[in-house]
Amino acid sequence: MNNSDCIVLDKVNKYFGNKQVLKNISFNVPYGCIFGLLGPSGCGKTTTVKIISGITESSSGDTFVLGEKMPKLLLMNKIGYMAQSDALYSDMSAAENLAFFASLYNMDSKEVKKRLIEVMDLVNLSDHMNKPVKAFSGGMKRRLSLAMSIIHNPKVLILDEPTVGIDPLLRKSIWNELYKMTSAGVTILVTTHVMDEAEKCHQLAMMRDGLLIAQGSPAELQKQIGVKSIEEAFIYYGGGEIEE
Amino acid sequence: MKSKIIAIRILTQLKHDKRTLMLVLAAPLLMLTLVYLILDTSDTDFTVGIINAPQNYVENLYKNNIKTIRYNENSSQKALENGDIIATVNMISGKLNINIDGSNSQKSNAVLTILEASKLNQTQNRPDLKTEVNYVYGSSDLAMFDNFGGALIGILVFFFVFLISGISFLKERTTGTLEKLLSTPIKRFEIVCGYAIGFGILTIFQSLLITLFVVYILDVMMVGSIWLVLLITLLSAMTALTLGILISTAAASEFQMVQFIPIIIVPQIFFSGLFDLSPTWSFIGKFMPLYYVADALNQVMINGNGFSYITLDILILIGFSSVFIIMNTLLLKKYRRI
Repeated sequence: MNNSDCIVLDKVNKYFGNKQVLKNISFNVPYGCIFGLLGPSGCGKTTTVKIISGITESSSGDTFVLGEKMPKLLLMNKIGYMAQSDALYSDMSAAENLAFFASLYNMDSKEVKKRLIEVMDLVNLSDHMNKPVKAFSGGMKRRLSLAMSIIHNPKVLILDEPTVGIDPLLRKSIWNELYKMTSAGVTILVTTHVMDEAEKCHQLAMMRDGLLIAQGSPAELQKQIGVKSIEEAFIYYGGGEIEE
Repeated sequence: MKSKIIAIRILTQLKHDKRTLMLVLAAPLLMLTLVYLILDTSDTDFTVGIINAPQNYVENLYKNNIKTIRYNENSSQKALENGDIIATVNMISGKLNINIDGSNSQKSNAVLTILEASKLNQTQNRPDLKTEVNYVYGSSDLAMFDNFGGALIGILVFFFVFLISGISFLKERTTGTLEKLLSTPIKRFEIVCGYAIGFGILTIFQSLLITLFVVYILDVMMVGSIWLVLLITLLSAMTALTLGILISTAAASEFQMVQFIPIIIVPQIFFSGLFDLSPTWSFIGKFMPLYYVADALNQVMINGNGFSYITLDILILIGFSSVFIIMNTLLLKKYRRI
């Protein structure tokens, strides 16, 4: 295996009963890269990121994160995971939600306090620290989920459709933040079906029906087939059908 | 230990969810009061004829709201037939002989339990001698509700804890927070234990409140140690808690969780010893946690027995909880193997 890459998937297959949802998926994510996993709903993106974050296990094939084989409990300390659904305790305040997950990552209370302010500031929620989450709007919940996934300074950040319901301005500032994190050495894996977001990634992998259909930088993908946008590339690789 | 973190979170959530908190703490008291009002017979002042009994025995009866009138054997019989008194007591060398009007089983049982209980703490008490009870009218077969109090505490604690812990764990699954939890380096066992500790702390308060309410406010028949009653209610809560979490894995929504009440809770109430069942049927009860809760509570509250009498019940309840905790941990494997 290749130790110079942060995330390595080697011939990963996943079955749910008889249904094969991942078919021989292999890709490498280099350190400090924003890697986009692109594809329509139900193509296996979420299953792939769940395998990488150690929540699910592949039926066959190997997954390595930071040079170690997943799933591994201790490795989860170094991985930040943001699920597609906002996994928040609505009765509790934003600060309580954050502090709860932070302490699960073995952070001490002093550290938690400091990080709490940092991440809330980052997602522009500093004014809503002690508000119960049930009073949050959809976009605010999404931002809080993001804050929760980075509270423990993870080396690897896995974001499952992170910017759904976030306005363009804030989306831009979040992407700037993601770039900043990568220059600090954090490796980021993002799933999306929003095309303009895909173009912001350093590397892209396109998935369809559990298959990895294309891989490369956004420019490479476009160049290979002579199209002007990722959207066209997506349609091309997907076999020309437009799905919504 | 990460269980502590989960436990603290559960208590924080409860702190914000005042309605659930009130439901767990106040609703059992309300229900107990209602059942008490329906079934209670101690408001009626009973009058018992004393033919022969030591003074401190009679004093014990006084404390339990029983009036006594001295009779000789002949006149007592007449008073009993006239309905002036409900029973006559004749203690002969430590052996209690009771003649009782058993036409109203509720009343006669209430009186019998008091008569029997007042025997405790007696210097001349001879536990080896069984009290002889003669039913002038009716018979002991009419007895049905004599062990209601103890069983009722157990049932109420069990019911509310089952429902609230089950729904809480279910919400963890349906809102996706379980998945988020499992993306952190927490062990499955720590999650289940965290739930047990968090709700365990709540149930300590609940058990304390219910037990004190029943014993001191409702003044229900209670001759044993209050600490043992607390221990049993707490174990009852623990079993309900772990069973609730277990059952929640089979439910897809809160509504489905409620649907488990007639399947899981109601049969347990029927088999908990509240009703006289044929041996075959009561055998089924031995597979149900509430049976042991009710048995242990009756042993302590009505019979005044000590720890040695309920050791088996307690061990079985601990066994039930442990098995449920292990099953929960294994079931979580469905979500994450490690």
